Amino acid sequence: MTSSLLFNLTTFAYLASMLVFFVFLAARASALGTAAMLTAYFGLLAQTVAIGLRWKESYDMGVGHAPLSNLYESVVFFSWTIVLIYALLDIKYKYRVVGAFVMPFALLGMAWAQLGMNNAIEPLVPALQSNWLLYHVVTCFLGYAAFAVACGISIMYLIKAGNEETVDKPAGGGLLFMFPPIRVLDDLNYRAIMVGFPLLTLGIITGAAWANYAWGTYWSWDPKETWSLIVWFVYAAFLHARITKGWVGKRAAWLSIIGFAATIFCYLGVNLFLSGLHSYGGK
Amino acid sequence: MATPKRDFLQSLWDFFCSLKLTMFLLISLAVISIIGTVIPQGPPPEEYLAQISPAKAGAYKALGFFDMYHSWWFILLLYLLTVNLVACSIKRLPHIWKIISQPVTTLSAGLEQSLANVTTIPTPDEPATIKERVAAFLKAEYAAPGITEIDGVWHLFAQKTPWCRLSVYCVHLSIIIIFIGSMIGSLFGFKAFVNIPEGGSISKVMSRSEKELDLGFSLRLEQFSMAKYPSGAPKEFKSILTVLENGKPVSDYTNVRVIVNDPLSYKGITFYQSSYGNAGNYFFTVSGLDGKNSVPITIAGQDSVSLPDGSSMHVTESTKDVSQFVPELSGAAAQVELHTPDGKTESFVVYANHPEKNALHAQQHGKGPVINYKGAEERMYTGLQVAKDPGVEIVWLGCVLMVIGIYAAFFLSHRRIWVRIENGSITVGGNASKNQGAFQHTFEVLVERLKTELAKEKQS
Ligand code: HEM
Repeated sequence: MTSSLLFNLTTFAYLASMLVFFVFLAARASALGTAAMLTAYFGLLAQTVAIGLRWKESYDMGVGHAPLSNLYESVVFFSWTIVLIYALLDIKYKYRVVGAFVMPFALLGMAWAQLGMNNAIEPLVPALQSNWLLYHVVTCFLGYAAFAVACGISIMYLIKAGNEETVDKPAGGGLLFMFPPIRVLDDLNYRAIMVGFPLLTLGIITGAAWANYAWGTYWSWDPKETWSLIVWFVYAAFLHARITKGWVGKRAAWLSIIGFAATIFCYLGVNLFLSGLHSYGGK
Repeated sequence: MATPKRDFLQSLWDFFCSLKLTMFLLISLAVISIIGTVIPQGPPPEEYLAQISPAKAGAYKALGFFDMYHSWWFILLLYLLTVNLVACSIKRLPHIWKIISQPVTTLSAGLEQSLANVTTIPTPDEPATIKERVAAFLKAEYAAPGITEIDGVWHLFAQKTPWCRLSVYCVHLSIIIIFIGSMIGSLFGFKAFVNIPEGGSISKVMSRSEKELDLGFSLRLEQFSMAKYPSGAPKEFKSILTVLENGKPVSDYTNVRVIVNDPLSYKGITFYQSSYGNAGNYFFTVSGLDGKNSVPITIAGQDSVSLPDGSSMHVTESTKDVSQFVPELSGAAAQVELHTPDGKTESFVVYANHPEKNALHAQQHGKGPVINYKGAEERMYTGLQVAKDPGVEIVWLGCVLMVIGIYAAFFLSHRRIWVRIENGSITVGGNASKNQGAFQHTFEVLVERLKTELAKEKQS
């Protein structure tokens, strides 16, 4: 069994999970929701083993390092963290439908990595040879994943809230029947960001600590650093929106979506469109 | 007695205490920061200026877009944020402090109305006797209660983690501490750069603002080396450095290994491996197309020299063995760049073992000169980033406070339980500052236990 075979299996599991979630939305049979969730769990397990195996394979090749060193490995890890955060949320709050809005993100990541990227294990360049790489990348990506989940929930919130405004008898039928009430969605959104915000903060701090250790400056306004701060400002605004009159509800949901868009730009856009110190280039 | 002046001050104060201002500042900072990630920061490179019109370049310069994170308007936003933070805290802290230091210890009818969790348990017992049992129960199952008696009615009050209400202020304070740390760094620290050739030593470095700074000691490069992976990708850049005081090596700082991600610190100044190059001499001979008038030419490191025909030349890359790039060739080779007097620039490779190739190249370009490579003297230099930042510890203190504060603000909650015991009934009320759902569960479990506890004692 090789890691790349298991990664393919993971991709299929996420695809199946997403499709069953969609059928579940339409058919409203709770057994389908459970099946979709179990498929996602199975994918998560396969992916966990695959990541561990890839780690080991790198040591077998004599260039041992945690599998977090290039774009392929980071996209795979991002996918993994999204499903992990979603699984934790599901275990705690049991709102299955959220999966229909979260699994597409995980699938997108895996499909892009498996179909569009070189998955060769490469040795680490000197700039990345540090334990800080692990702390920094793990905290950042767990934070990003929580924001992805929050974004999915916010989309549900906006759909449901829009529907309640226009339809006389809200929650009467259709796909929205399965959605939790908007009050619950709003709360779940906050809880996901409550997980993501401290992790992003830790991610920025470990990044600053690493930069200080490796270059002697904890902050140099390089585009990646600046974008992570932009993301941080947006979610800080989200947190204060909840206690500011006129900013609760829809506007907070939009802030969460904008925050995730900024997160994705910080992660991918900066490398593809801007230049800087960080080396996860797509080139 | 509201004078206009007072009104003005009052509205200014309200303005700075407003959370709408906070939203405005946070979103503005997010949007404005984008500018500096799109426009290159620092002295603008020629290629960039060529892309945009001079008017645009002038406007960008006037607006401070080339150094926007230090422009007055960006700094002003940060100051506004700080004032907003401090004003909000001054306004809210006294109230929060009162909740912590002078808790409401009695369950009045008004308070009871405002609580989300209230239960009444009927009881036939005397309030004075039952209060002991309830107090013992709370102490064992929740937290030691305070007991008050008003007109024969007994009030019990127990709470958990009241101080966590301060955690938000800890987060806000941490932001100000980080600002202070970064200001100390920019006032009393420096960032600089230095190149040291192998065997050479330096005692001055060049700051980012092009000032020479005296270190107060010297640093010698003993050796620089570079390792590669079999694929040719770089594996390690290594400088061996020795610190010298008055020309003598300092014992613990002799032959220190410095690699990327592993710097050397001495007397608060830290040296980071950053770049490298060849500082040694390259040797060439230059002649006319016919091979006559041959003269030796020596080029030191990255320097540029003038050739007899008026062109200037410098070395961009060199190798001891060209066969790793072109298998059918052998010996040393150098890539040189030639700027001819008529303004042309050409870049080509000259060889030590293949003079015929060098001559051929010159012929193809008409009039020469013919350049032959004679090899190089290997002498590497290392490029070090130099930094001193006395504010960095304060910044880390701020970061630690921020992480602790955010954790406490999100995951801890001030939970309060009131019990009122009067003739015939026990009323229990509860409230939590955060995560009401989880508290409701705790509350219900607690009330159930209290009921069984009271029933049990009645039977015995
Ligand atoms: C102009 C700047 C700011 C002002 C005036 C401000 C003000 C406030 C206020 C009044 C609260 C509510 C406190 C309460 O519930 O009693 C709050 C909460 C909070 N603030 Fe700020 N804040 C500012 C900036 C920031 C920033 C930059 C951060 C970034 C970490 C931050 C993090 C928080 C957190 C984590 C909470 C708790 C939110 C929650 O419990 O959901 N604040 N802030």
